[in-house]
Amino acid sequence: MSEKMTSKQMLQKLLDDHYAGALAAKERGELIAWSTSIAPQEFCETMGIYTVYPENHAAAIGAKKGSPELIEVSEFQGYSIDICSYARVNMGYLEIQESVAGKIPLPDLLICCNNICNTVIKWYENIACELDIPLIMFDMPFNYDYEVNDHSVEYIKGQFQEAIHQLEQITGRSFDYNRFREVMEISSEAARWWKKAMALAQAVPSPMNGFDIFNYMALIVCMRGKQESIDLFKLVAQECEAKLAQGQGPWKDRPEEYRIMWDGIACWTALSTTYKFLKNQGINMVGSTYPDSWSIIYDSHDLDGMARAYSSNFVNRNLDFRVDNICQIVNDFKVDGIIYHCNRSCKPQDFCQYEVQRQVGDRTGVPSVMFDGDQTDPRAFSQAQFETRIQALVEMMKTRKQQQGIGVK
Amino acid sequence: MQAIATILREMEGAVKDPGGAVRAFKQETGREVIGCLPIYVPEEIIYAGGMLPIGVWGGQTNIVQSGTYLPSFACSIMRAIMEFAMRGVYNDLSAVVCPMHCDTLKCIGENWKVGISEVPCFCLVYPQNRKNPSGISYLTTEFEHLRKKLESLSGRTITDEAINQAIVIYNEHRKTIREFTRVARDYPLTITAQKRHMVIKSGFFMDKAKHTLLVKSLISELKALPAEKSSGIKVILTGIMAEPDSFLELFNQYNLVVVGDDLAHESRQFRTDVPAGGTPLERLARRWAEVQGCSLAYDPEKRRSNMLIDMVRETGADGVIVTMMKFCEPDEFDYPILKKEFEKANIPHLYIELEQQADSAEQLRTRIQGFAEMMSTR
Repeated sequence: MSEKMTSKQMLQKLLDDHYAGALAAKERGELIAWSTSIAPQEFCETMGIYTVYPENHAAAIGAKKGSPELIEVSEFQGYSIDICSYARVNMGYLEIQESVAGKIPLPDLLICCNNICNTVIKWYENIACELDIPLIMFDMPFNYDYEVNDHSVEYIKGQFQEAIHQLEQITGRSFDYNRFREVMEISSEAARWWKKAMALAQAVPSPMNGFDIFNYMALIVCMRGKQESIDLFKLVAQECEAKLAQGQGPWKDRPEEYRIMWDGIACWTALSTTYKFLKNQGINMVGSTYPDSWSIIYDSHDLDGMARAYSSNFVNRNLDFRVDNICQIVNDFKVDGIIYHCNRSCKPQDFCQYEVQRQVGDRTGVPSVMFDGDQTDPRAFSQAQFETRIQALVEMMKTRKQQQGIGVK
Repeated sequence: MQAIATILREMEGAVKDPGGAVRAFKQETGREVIGCLPIYVPEEIIYAGGMLPIGVWGGQTNIVQSGTYLPSFACSIMRAIMEFAMRGVYNDLSAVVCPMHCDTLKCIGENWKVGISEVPCFCLVYPQNRKNPSGISYLTTEFEHLRKKLESLSGRTITDEAINQAIVIYNEHRKTIREFTRVARDYPLTITAQKRHMVIKSGFFMDKAKHTLLVKSLISELKALPAEKSSGIKVILTGIMAEPDSFLELFNQYNLVVVGDDLAHESRQFRTDVPAGGTPLERLARRWAEVQGCSLAYDPEKRRSNMLIDMVRETGADGVIVTMMKFCEPDEFDYPILKKEFEKANIPHLYIELEQQADSAEQLRTRIQGFAEMMSTR
C-alpha cells in the first residue's frame, strides 16, 4: 500500500478490496460467512473464512440511494414496512442479488450476535431458512443489571465452545488456537487504535469532521481482526494529530461553532443533505453513541474478558448505563448539544430514547432535539422536520452559550 | 346447558374484572399478587410461594400518558401496559415479572424501573441457545434469582418441593386446557370463537387449580351433549393474540369457527409441559428448551410453518388467519416464511393486522367478510 495515501483513500481501497476479495473467494469455492456487525469475528477470522457484513452493505446501498428498490422486493415477499430497513434491504438483495453498491456473494454460513438487537435473530433465521445453511448464534443476554453478570459470561463462553465445534464441523478442519490468540491480539489492538482515533475529536476544535466517523465505521465493522484496520486507524490518528498541531478544525472553509453528539446511526439515504445542513450552521458532530460499540478490548488470554466485552455494547446495556455513557461523551467531547435520531428501524434504541433524553438533559443541562428518521428507508425521514429541529437546537445552544458568557456570532 | 352457562359466567366474571380477582385474593389470603408480562413467565415459582400469578397483556384503552416513554410505533400491548401502569391500574400488584423476549420488552422493563415506582419489576432474560447445556444453566440461574427476589418480597421461603408441586398443578392445567380445545371443536355453537377465547383467557386471572376444576366440569358438561353440526369455515389462528374483542365478535357473524390456535396468548401457554427430571428450576428451564414454533424462541429451521400445516391437516381446518399484532417484529419476520409455505401447501390464509387500541372494527369486518366469501366459494 502506498505511503502517500490519505486515510480516506486507504479506507476506500480497503473496502473495495474487501468486497472484491469476497467475490473472488466465492469464485474459488471458498466458504463465505455473513455476519452481524458486532459479532465475535475472531472465530471466522481464525478459520480463514471470508466474512461479509449485510449491515455494511445495506448502509452503502442506502447511501447510494439504492435502498427503495430492494425494500420494495422484500415488502412484496411479505416483510412488513415496520421491520428494520437493513433487514428489508438485505432480504430484497437476497432475492435479486444486484445493488447499486455492488454485489456480495451469497453466504454458506451465518454468524449472528444479538448484542445489537433481537431483530438480527429473526432476520438471520430467515436467511438460514431461505438458503438452508448453518447459523451460528452468539446470544448475549440483555444486561438489565448495570454490569454483565457472571452467569451471562459463563453462558457466552459455552457458546464460544459450541461455535468452535460448529465451525470445525462445517469446515472439516480443526480450530487453530495459536492463530486464535493472534487474531484476538490484532482485534484488541485494532479496537484500541479505533478508540484512540475517535477520541482525538475531543480536541477543540475537533480535527475530525464528524460524519467521517460514520465512514470509518465501515472498516471497524468488517476488518476488525485484520492488520489493515490497525494501519488505517493509525493513519487517521496521525492525520488528526497533524491537524491538531496546526490548530486546524474540521473544515477549511468555516470554523467549528457548535459541537454536537449524535445518538443513533446516520440516515444513510440523506447523509449528504443532513451533513451539509449541519455544516452550514457550523455544527460538527464530535461524538456519537455508536463508535464505542466497537471498542471491544480484552486480553488475548482472557475469554471471560472477551465475553464481557462483546456483551457490553451500549444497546445491550440498561438504561442507567446508557445515560451514564452519553453523559460521559458530553463531558469528554465538550458537547454543546445532542441530536437524537429516533431511527424507525431501531426499536431497542428508540424505546428507551425518550427517557434517556430526559435524564441526560437533567444531568448535563445540555440542550437536545429529536428527529424522526430511518437508517435506510427514506420514507421515514423528512428533511424539513430535520432542519426545523436543528434550527431549534441552534437557538438553544446559542442562548446557552450566551448565558455562559461564550461569544457566538 | 344451565351448568355450562354458569361456568362460562364465572369465567367471564374473571375476564371482565381482573382487578376484582386480585383484590379478592389479597383479602382472602393476605398474600401477594404478581403480574406476569408476556410470555412464558415461570408462574410455578410464584405459585409455589403462595402468591397469585396473573397475566398482564394490556387491553383496550386510550393512550395518553405512555407516550412519554414509547413512540407510536411500539407494540400496542406494551403501550397499553405502560399506560395502565402509569395510571396506577396495577397498583394492587406486589410486583411484575418482565421476560425480555424482544427488543420492546427489554425497553418496557427498563422504563418500568424508572417510571413505575409503586410496583417493582423483576426482569428475566431467556437464552436463545436454549437447548445448549450452558443456556439451560443460564436460565436456571435467572430463575434462581427470580426465586430470591420473590422470597424477599413475600418474606417466605419457596422450597424445591413446593415448586415441584406447583409444576404438577400447572401441567395438569395445561393438559386440561389442551383437552378443552379438542372437545370444543365438537361444540362450535355452544363454544363460539369468543367463548373459546374467554375460557382460555380466564385462566390468567384465577388460581390454576381452581381453573382446572372449572374447565374439567365444562368439558364433562359438553361431552354430555350431542356433538353440534356446523357449516362454519374452520380456521386456525396464529399470532400473538386474538384481541381486541371486536375481532372475534365478527367470527359469529361470518360463520368462522376456531378449530385450533397457535397464539402466544393461548396455545403457546399450555402446549409444552414442564418435563420431568432434575431440580425444579432446571425443569422449568428445560421447558423453554422444548418450546417449538414460537416466534420468540430461536429456531433457524423455522418449524412454525410446518407445525401449522400439520395442525391444519389434523383438524381439517379450511384455512389459517394470521393475527399480526402490529409492530411485533418477531412475528412480522415469521410471516414471509409462513406465507410462502402456506402457498406451497395450497392452504388459504388471511393476514390481518391488529392493534389493541385501534377502533378499526369496520376495517376488520371488510377483511373477515372478504375472507369468508372467498372461502365459501372454494
